[in-house]
Amino acid sequence: MTPMEFLIDPFIEFAFMRRALAASLAISVGCAPLGVILILRRMSLTGDAMTHALLPGVAVAFLLTGFSLPAMVLGGFITGLTVAWFSGAVARSTVLREDASLAAFYLISLALGVLIVSSKGSSVDLMHVLFGTVLAVDDTALFIVATIATLSVLTLAVIYRALVVECFDPTFLASVQGRGALVHMAFLTLLVLNLVGGFTALGTLMVVGIMMLPAAAARFWAVEVGRLMVWSVAVAVVASVAGLLVSYHAGLPSGPAIILSAGVICGFSMAFGPRGSLWTRWRTAPHFVR
Amino acid sequence: MVGAITLDDLTLGYDRHPAVHHVTGTFSDGSLTAVVGPNGAGKSTLMKGIVGALKPIGGRIDVAGVGRRHMAYLPQQIQIDPSFPISVLDCVCLGSWNRVGAFGGIGKDEVMEARSALAVVGLDGFEGRAVGTLSRGQLQRVLFARLLVQDASIILLDEPFTAIDERTCCDLLVLVKRWHAENRTVVAVLHDFEQVRENFPETLLLARETLAWGDTCQVMTEGNLIRARAMAEAWDEAAPVCDAGDMA
Repeated sequence: MTPMEFLIDPFIEFAFMRRALAASLAISVGCAPLGVILILRRMSLTGDAMTHALLPGVAVAFLLTGFSLPAMVLGGFITGLTVAWFSGAVARSTVLREDASLAAFYLISLALGVLIVSSKGSSVDLMHVLFGTVLAVDDTALFIVATIATLSVLTLAVIYRALVVECFDPTFLASVQGRGALVHMAFLTLLVLNLVGGFTALGTLMVVGIMMLPAAAARFWAVEVGRLMVWSVAVAVVASVAGLLVSYHAGLPSGPAIILSAGVICGFSMAFGPRGSLWTRWRTAPHFVR
Repeated sequence: MVGAITLDDLTLGYDRHPAVHHVTGTFSDGSLTAVVGPNGAGKSTLMKGIVGALKPIGGRIDVAGVGRRHMAYLPQQIQIDPSFPISVLDCVCLGSWNRVGAFGGIGKDEVMEARSALAVVGLDGFEGRAVGTLSRGQLQRVLFARLLVQDASIILLDEPFTAIDERTCCDLLVLVKRWHAENRTVVAVLHDFEQVRENFPETLLLARETLAWGDTCQVMTEGNLIRARAMAEAWDEAAPVCDAGDMA
């Protein structure tokens, strides 16, 4: 087998590999930049919490419509948005901080979801949906994640400046604009949209992993926000391709293979990245004059 | 009067406890006023109220002629995240928000303006530095450069010279005087009495209530300052409800 065959053949031969690749790339482009903002806002665990919060909506949609992906995306989106907006609004208008208020609302939502699932029996199918597999992506799922990725990139471009200023100096934004909360809510909406799309199509691990690991890795390669986003997307894309190839050739599950590939890149970045990595802290280089 | 700030029986506070209590008066258009008083006197609270970050629990604040767009505010506790990756030049460019907004392009003009503002505050060559790598004094210079670019008709400064070295302080005071000469309304919270006497024509002496407000030489008298120092700072959980509002 030539290297070319090794890299290209799986995608030429099998339609499910092509779909998995396209879906992973869409997730990479949509989610990775959001991860950068989450890390800058010290909300790295929000993605994980938020996927739990989606459960009641997904469960209700599943029970009402059976295995209808669009319905589950809609249901998850509504509950996710409710939790995100409530926790954002409570954090901004009461003494509770963002992390505590999100924790409160996502736990309420999760408990509600578990209640709905268990009261209706047969949860096996639903569990399969929640931890879905990258290789089972059909056309509908592909269409949904691609649409969300497109929407997400465009919206992010529109709110970019306000969002960056809101992270950097919220008092300033409030003094010139007076609507800082609006930008934050727009961002949370984007976050929920991406999570719910990726999560129903590809599973929790895939979407949260692709959101956070590449963004964490990017921190060691770039400084400026825009560059961090480009780096995070690049890392996510490389991890997607590498993970799918490893999973194909070694016969491993694809989702974990993709996320572990991102993990390997992240680990390498932590050790050897040019900015603030272990290597830059340990090396002894002569200091400058000024 | 454009650029005047009128306080009408203003009460601001937290959890129903007043920090600024029944204050009435006017920062007239083009005035340069120092706000002086002990810690806990409500100086920062007053600034927050004027800028609109805190809703009055009584009375009114009128900002004549200009809206929030023409007000620039430098808070005491800057909430800037020092680890946030943004360059000095980008930070100063934010001053042009009123003209470009969240969506408009930042063109050559805006960048030129930001660069010249940086030169004015003595930070030539710092354009590409990350804001987080600056010292406290350098950061204050950057924030003054942003105020310059904001070109506002009302400028509110909350303890702008605290923890700032003498040279930086002198340089920045020159800017404050320049704003005054340009007929902008400037209100600054300060603690250095000498500095106030030398540079600020008007003073508001605040100890939750107005102790004196007017010409600096008449406000900053020994007697007034002793009265200010005697202000009770205690927060009384069992304080009775204030009935001054009912009498009005």
